Amino acid sequence: MSSREKILAAILANQPASQPYLDEIKTPETAADVVEEFKIVLGTIGGTCCEVADLNELSVELNKKSSAGERIISTIPEVAIGGNDNWREQDPHLLENVEVAVIRGHFGISENSAVWVTEELLHQRVLPFICQHLAIVLDKKEIVPTMHHAYERIAQAEYGFGTFIAGPSKTADIEQSLVLGAHGPKSLTVYLVG
Amino acid sequence: MAVFEGKKHPDLAQTFNADVERVDWHDETLWWVRKKRDRAAYNILDWELLRNTASAIKDDVLSNLHSYLQHFEAKAIKNGITVHWASDAAEHNQIVHSILTESKISLINKSKSMLTEECHLNEFLKKNGVNVIDTDLGERIVQLAEEPPSHIVLPCIHKKKEEIGELFHEHLGTPKGESNPQALAAVARTHLREVFLTRNAVITGVNFAIAETGEFVVCTNEGNADMGAHLADVHIACMGIEKILPKRKHLAVVLRLLARSATGQPITTYSSHFAKPRGGQHMHIVLVDNGRTRQLSRPDFRNSLKCIRCGACMNTCPVYRRSGGHSYHNAIAGPIGSILAPNLDMKEYSDLPFASTLCGSCSNVCPVKIDIHTQLYKWRQVIVKEGYSTKGKSAGMNVMNFTLSSPNVYNMAGKAGRWFLKNVPFAVNNPLNPWSKQRDMPAPPEQSFKEWYKRNRGK
Ligand code: SF4
Repeated sequence: MSSREKILAAILANQPASQPYLDEIKTPETAADVVEEFKIVLGTIGGTCCEVADLNELSVELNKKSSAGERIISTIPEVAIGGNDNWREQDPHLLENVEVAVIRGHFGISENSAVWVTEELLHQRVLPFICQHLAIVLDKKEIVPTMHHAYERIAQAEYGFGTFIAGPSKTADIEQSLVLGAHGPKSLTVYLVG
Repeated sequence: MAVFEGKKHPDLAQTFNADVERVDWHDETLWWVRKKRDRAAYNILDWELLRNTASAIKDDVLSNLHSYLQHFEAKAIKNGITVHWASDAAEHNQIVHSILTESKISLINKSKSMLTEECHLNEFLKKNGVNVIDTDLGERIVQLAEEPPSHIVLPCIHKKKEEIGELFHEHLGTPKGESNPQALAAVARTHLREVFLTRNAVITGVNFAIAETGEFVVCTNEGNADMGAHLADVHIACMGIEKILPKRKHLAVVLRLLARSATGQPITTYSSHFAKPRGGQHMHIVLVDNGRTRQLSRPDFRNSLKCIRCGACMNTCPVYRRSGGHSYHNAIAGPIGSILAPNLDMKEYSDLPFASTLCGSCSNVCPVKIDIHTQLYKWRQVIVKEGYSTKGKSAGMNVMNFTLSSPNVYNMAGKAGRWFLKNVPFAVNNPLNPWSKQRDMPAPPEQSFKEWYKRNRGK
């Protein structure tokens, strides 16, 4: 008998009888103002929130940095940065020197300030992790109150890779002192538009 | 584990307890984490409903594991993931090694996985010429110190920053005496970036796997699992068979609970859902039993398989806080480790169910409502019955059984106990009482609660 068969047989012999249970998750009480809550929570987990009318200023700022020699990558048309054309097809290791990455998020969650992103928005899975600083552009209308609402939205979604990003990468492994920028971005800014 | 030289909890705790200042510091640090958990929990109005829901979901998983695992396997294969099954630790280690051999890779990186600790994968791979670098900062620190993690969420919680500075000075060339956490973490960042960029295979743990979709979820704050996984050509994810959840929507419940229970954060920085390998990448999942089906067969103990590894039961445990993770000489320490370990080896871990005051604080904080302290108590019965307990433990247990079963004797024993404590303290602080080492028994109260109540209220 293969290990697979052995394990499955042992489970079948030992698993307890199924108890009828209501597979229903009650939608909890939620914040009155999800945008406000999102901003507050993001602050408490080390991120920054900017409400902006449009992305012109961000675009100008990042193009200045780019001209000064910093590697900036943007996946969104509103923030167009020259000279980075074929990074999408290249070996992901070559993204190692990216200073700032700008990506779009599908939606945010106000109870924990997490933003849902998938592969299609990233083009390279490693992009939001390998950059030194991350900027996520999010539509203000796309903020849901809790994780339950989030999974209602993505219950049937198809993706190869998706992740919730909540704040910059961090560690507290040395005597519980919080340090931002463990392996991933040292800072996260969410630009709320719309 | 070799480091523990066959020592048991009372002896290992005694060693830890010799440094009083360190014990106090350890105790306070973990209590502080516990308080952060409380604040996070109180912020959620439906916290208890959430715990009940999680517990029901996990009960359902245990009852339907046979079909959920097969669903998961079929979906994962369809998604392009290779699925392996391992009956025990040895087979798990063999599978991982053979994948690496086939890919001709001998330098790898690994994110946090308690399962690989349980299987002693690192030692096995080292013997077989594979170099593993742990990339979670806490795990890297204990790896440099050649120690196992002392906590499932906070691997180097027992180490002071000066000791970490010394390790970094020796291994990573930081200036002598540097112990600033910011500075040390910056050096680790540079060191581990190099590791991510140059190592072509990664091992990650799995927090949850979804039967409906064949995807698995890995949660980190540092981003190390993602850095490893999205750069390497070979990704091996190792998981215990109990990590399955039926549907994606159930992630909402467990992800709301996990980080809040663990560290008081509303969610970990990254909750990454791996459904398919990226173009050109090879993705493997190893499903591991290693005693889990045996635990499933024990009605009194199968609930321990509901654990989501948040560590809250350790942070709240008065014994864990004052004896340190290493005193449990098992990959998983604390209350949950003490109910999982005897299933792996009853003789070797016969001491652990006794390393508890049975105060029940663990069960009160557990996000999936495992009756941890009841199981500890039940393990004691099993261990004594099977004849695995040490002399002192059985003598104490017998007296306890006797006194608790008769209220009159209990009253008398209480009175006598108080008299004894006052007049012949050495008799209570004797070597037959494993809790008296390095600890003076507390000054006895003048009157017991019952006496006080009788005098003041009762008639
Ligand atoms: S037993 Fe409960 S409290 Fe302890 S680690 Fe597991 S889930 Fe957390």
